[in-house]
Amino acid sequence: MSNSFSPVLTKRYGIEGSETLAVAEKHGVYTVARRALTEMTPDQLKDEVKKGSIRGRGGAGFPAGVKWGFLNPGPDNQVYLVVNGDESEPGTFKDRTIMVKDPHRLLEGCLIACKAIGAHKCWIYVRGELAHAIKVLDKAIAEARAKGYIGATPFGTDYPIDIYTHSGAGAYICGEETALLNSLEGRRGEPRLKPPFPAIKGVFDQPTIVNNIETIAQVPDIIEMGGDAWAAMSRLGPADGGSRLYGISGHVKRPGVYEAPVGITMRQLIDEYGGGMLNDERPLKGVIPGGSSTPVLRPDRLVDAPAEDHPLHAWHGKSEIDVPMGVETYRALGTMLGTCCAIVMDTSVNMVDVARNLMRFYGHESCGQCTPCREGSGWLVDLLDHMAEGKGKDTDTQLLADVANNMMGNTICAFAEGTAMPMLGLIRQFTDEFTEAAKNGTGAGRMDDSALALIGAAP
Amino acid sequence: MAFQLSPEQTREADEIIARYPTKRAACLPLLWLCQRQTGWTNDEVIAFVAEKLELSTAAVKGVVTFYTMFHEKKVAPNVVWVCRTLSCELRGAKAVQEHMEKRFGCSAGGTSTDGKFTLLKAECLAACGQAPMIQVNDDYYEDLTIEKLDAVLDQIAAKTPEGK
Ligand SMILES: Cc1cc2nc3c(=O)[nH]c(=O)nc-3n(C[C@H](O)[C@H](O)[C@H](O)COP(=O)(O)O)c2cc1C
Ligand code: FES
Repeated sequence: MSNSFSPVLTKRYGIEGSETLAVAEKHGVYTVARRALTEMTPDQLKDEVKKGSIRGRGGAGFPAGVKWGFLNPGPDNQVYLVVNGDESEPGTFKDRTIMVKDPHRLLEGCLIACKAIGAHKCWIYVRGELAHAIKVLDKAIAEARAKGYIGATPFGTDYPIDIYTHSGAGAYICGEETALLNSLEGRRGEPRLKPPFPAIKGVFDQPTIVNNIETIAQVPDIIEMGGDAWAAMSRLGPADGGSRLYGISGHVKRPGVYEAPVGITMRQLIDEYGGGMLNDERPLKGVIPGGSSTPVLRPDRLVDAPAEDHPLHAWHGKSEIDVPMGVETYRALGTMLGTCCAIVMDTSVNMVDVARNLMRFYGHESCGQCTPCREGSGWLVDLLDHMAEGKGKDTDTQLLADVANNMMGNTICAFAEGTAMPMLGLIRQFTDEFTEAAKNGTGAGRMDDSALALIGAAP
Repeated sequence: MAFQLSPEQTREADEIIARYPTKRAACLPLLWLCQRQTGWTNDEVIAFVAEKLELSTAAVKGVVTFYTMFHEKKVAPNVVWVCRTLSCELRGAKAVQEHMEKRFGCSAGGTSTDGKFTLLKAECLAACGQAPMIQVNDDYYEDLTIEKLDAVLDQIAAKTPEGK
């Protein structure tokens, strides 16, 4: 596999009993928090995180160190840390592995982050479906509290920190940070207008830092190794540091979650980590790179960046899937790295059926506050249903694009962009397939089930 | 009859409320606590939570209707969610659903003829790498084949008492 990288975040995965405090401690967990809380100042901690240049792992890729710097609490404010474990973006299944396989490292991250940002209270918001992960976390919290690591005097300091889980109850939109805050306050999970951003006015009207589970779980590694050394694991240089979790699902032999340096290529993810395509006779047709909201890539589409100052010039003429996976490189490619969890599709798949499956998801999950999103997502579903069933019109592909375009930039939160971008991406990359479906439908109207027969056979 | 929590659950509820700076914030956790006892979130539960948190019933009802996991109708002792989102669909989720519909004698949204299972369609459950998968109550069953699915359901059915 990839040259000389040894896992950092996942090094305790698979150790028997790693979810218990005794085993976790034996493998080094809580030593960093002890040092952070007893010996380091908030500024020192924030500095290391900044040097690590960790880009938020929840989808938007915002540098965590910069976000923490937005805090400017007044004397009467109480700062809160909220950890986003909603993990609902289709194709994304990485945070769950942290919560279940190494919960104490996540708690250690929460303790360090609380100290760094001046918070005394932290909520880990976990989607309701992950009841088993919540049980594991609650047990870990109880153990750490009994040991005195969480509570009034963590590690003997006079810096009280409380950590609680908070269960969602089924709603994708609660992953959006302001919807999450409303849900945490006991309300419907409807996003809020920004500004004010959570760092200024978040949960219970107090300054709040919202970070993804993986972002927080990597904080102990950053402090332990030092920001610079941690950042240097990345193959993409100083602006996008470290290692991260890559997910891979769909038509590959070994779907799963793998830790690798920032900046491996999609081809490596599929071939080296994912074990190659599920069915050797059916090559890769397209890959959704980072959760369902990110525009699809095609292996037969080449990077067009002849200008020397183009950020992708080094990959000019190469396949899209040979560009290193990073926040900036993927943006330049016209897609997004998102949650870094790829959905791999082989040649058995019709992209109109893919669009139909995904748009049904968005149509179902739109919270309904904003008209362009509520109505637009519904229209996309109706149009695609018609198309797939062979009742489409010549003008439908253009109409799909028009509806999607009208959703962008016209709503409170980024859900509408997350719906429109993959829709537009599918049309852009596979126009012929949409034109053809508008004429003749997609035939089967269902995905090929033969994958099911291959699953047992895969290594 | 008005809904009540046991003395032990009441202590748990009070402990939960104390975690938050506002009473309202305990709304979701309390609804969960109640639903775990009754199996579904009926009007008595809503009235109970509203009174406990000093909210209007409309406010609590608004919360309940927003989230798909609060059951507004009675469900069987085993709620089966079948994920139909893309990663699962690519690996045969539709066949998994159809097999259960045949086995249960009901379509998605309904309850099996023996009253033991309610079948519901789910959106991505964050187990895409273990597709296809289903959730039964709190537990995930992953990397399913039809044989594995039947074995799982047989086992759960055997543990579930007869009668509706
Ligand atoms: C529709 C929508 C859904 C989102 N879902 C999630 C999610 O499930 N988990 C998550 O961590 N972030 C999610 N986000 C991103 C959050 O709003 C937020 O940016 C993130 O939690 C910040 O953490 P990070 O900076 O560590 O990435 C979502 C955003 C949108 C617009
Ligand atoms: S698509 Fe089924 S669990 Fe994600």
